Amino acid sequence: MTPPSTEVAALEVDLHTPTSKRRKVVDALFKLFLWVSLGTALGTLITILVDLITEGSTRLNPTLVTNMPSARPERAGIQSAIFGSLWVVGTTALISIPTGVGAAIYLEEFARKNRWYNRLIELNIQNLASVPSVVYGILGLAFIARGFLSFGFTVLTAALILTLVVLPTVVIASREALRAVPNSLRQGSLALGATEWETVYRQVLPAAVPGIATGTILSTSRALGESAPLLLVGALTFVTFNPEGFDSPYTVLPLAIFRFISDARPEFRPLAAASGLVLLLILLGMNSFAIFLRNRYERKLR
Amino acid sequence: MTRNRMYRLGALGVACFLLVAACGGGNTDGETPSGGGDAGLAGTIVIDGSSTVTPLMTIAAEDFQLANPDVRVTVATSGTGGGFEKFCVGETDVSMASRPISDDESSACAENGIEPVEFIVANDALSVVVNPGNDWSSCLTVDQLNTMWAPESEGTIDNWNQIDPSFPDQPLQLFGAGSDSGTFDYFTAEINGEEGAIRTDYNPSEDDNVTIVGVEGDVGGLGFLGLSYVLENEGRISAVEVDGGSGCVAPSAESVIDGSYTPLGRPLFVYFKAESLERPEVGAFAQYYADNQESITETALFIPLSEEQAATQQQTLDSITGA
Repeated sequence: MTPPSTEVAALEVDLHTPTSKRRKVVDALFKLFLWVSLGTALGTLITILVDLITEGSTRLNPTLVTNMPSARPERAGIQSAIFGSLWVVGTTALISIPTGVGAAIYLEEFARKNRWYNRLIELNIQNLASVPSVVYGILGLAFIARGFLSFGFTVLTAALILTLVVLPTVVIASREALRAVPNSLRQGSLALGATEWETVYRQVLPAAVPGIATGTILSTSRALGESAPLLLVGALTFVTFNPEGFDSPYTVLPLAIFRFISDARPEFRPLAAASGLVLLLILLGMNSFAIFLRNRYERKLR
Repeated sequence: MTRNRMYRLGALGVACFLLVAACGGGNTDGETPSGGGDAGLAGTIVIDGSSTVTPLMTIAAEDFQLANPDVRVTVATSGTGGGFEKFCVGETDVSMASRPISDDESSACAENGIEPVEFIVANDALSVVVNPGNDWSSCLTVDQLNTMWAPESEGTIDNWNQIDPSFPDQPLQLFGAGSDSGTFDYFTAEINGEEGAIRTDYNPSEDDNVTIVGVEGDVGGLGFLGLSYVLENEGRISAVEVDGGSGCVAPSAESVIDGSYTPLGRPLFVYFKAESLERPEVGAFAQYYADNQESITETALFIPLSEEQAATQQQTLDSITGA
């Protein structure tokens, strides 16, 4: 029998080294599993990057970005696809972020959870998040491009459809961020005589901005890679001018890549790889911007 | 204090605003008043339809725009059927098709008062390819191909000696286009008698290069491809002659145009809306294609029109534009 004081001392020396042999093995195995998981994730990304860079190296030069699409591989570029993608995703963000954050605020701060219609909305949002994006394309063709809204095959139509695709995730991410705001903040504000709206606007929202910003940017960047729903609503495969407004015809990067790959001539393959890399870079840019926003506002809050 | 918070709140606005602002810069130079082009042509020509015909129209659109900078030509690819669907509602000027317009589609067009004007724009051919090491089957009949590919062959036909007793005991490995492509529709309709009917235990791929790599790596491999891919990859794979009932014919430009390479050679079409064709820029575009069809088809790895086909094309064009 050892005095309890030494046991405590031993624990303090090294909490992480297990005592029995079996536990040591389990511990090592679990660590190995974690490393393998991390390795798989990183390995995939690195493989893709290396593959794209080696295959696309011959075409990774400024002309790729400055030239318009062309049927001749040596002249072909992706300028209209880059601008098209930025227009479409930018418009999507403009529409989806205010509506998505608004819906999240209602559901999180104002809605009474025991009302049937609020529960119905909640269930619907979760279901909508898992609907395949092509389905939104079909819906968009019938009601947005033609029919009820009749916006035609334009940037605005594409943005509205992509809004439908990303909106559920924007709502869910924003709600997560709002929920993370401590309740004491709300109670304190209300106790000082602020109305419900003032509490949300002056206390809760500012505290939730980092989370909302990261969540929404990550979900809108999903729109950047979408091509299936846009194919249905007349995204072009060949266009030699950039969009000039919401009513312009457009193409997007994933479609430009698709066209390069589907061409019979092997000279187009490096072009596809190089364009894939450009798409990845834009995506990384958006994600880094999200991280930058989070860090900046988290620091300010403390 | 309040201001500071509002600033924080504005972060979201800034986030999405930057995205839009980023694309605002590049397009100030777009719209210039017309008058600079060769013939002063201006306007927009909207093309949609078959992915097989897309490369042809893309080349034509690009070169035509270089000559007429105020005309805008856009090309979309929603498939032959999808193209007609938009064409017959009046949403496009030109519809690309890898088969003639169907009766249903014609009547849909007629209902909306749209009159399609048909042009043959190129000739296309499917080839059946085997490994260069295959020295037993330089010619296959349509019946033999059907034996290999029919839905009933699934799970039972897996060796070359089942196709013909004189063929060696060599496992048969099949490669081909997946169900999304026009090549698939064309092949199944001609070989198996019904569009889409095919055994499911072959190696399908939307990327024809996968078919090439597969056949290249297996002596008993066989696949089907567009002729252009075969011409691009000579040496890696070899095309077999096809016997459609009147002897073995090798796939080539000549045999496709003279109609002897049946049933795997076909013409490709483009349908102009008659109303659009009367617009000067659309008429000029059609004439541009007719004048340059030989170089355009060759650049896109298709087979140019025969003299007879070209003459018919010019005749149709003259009768519409009133030349």
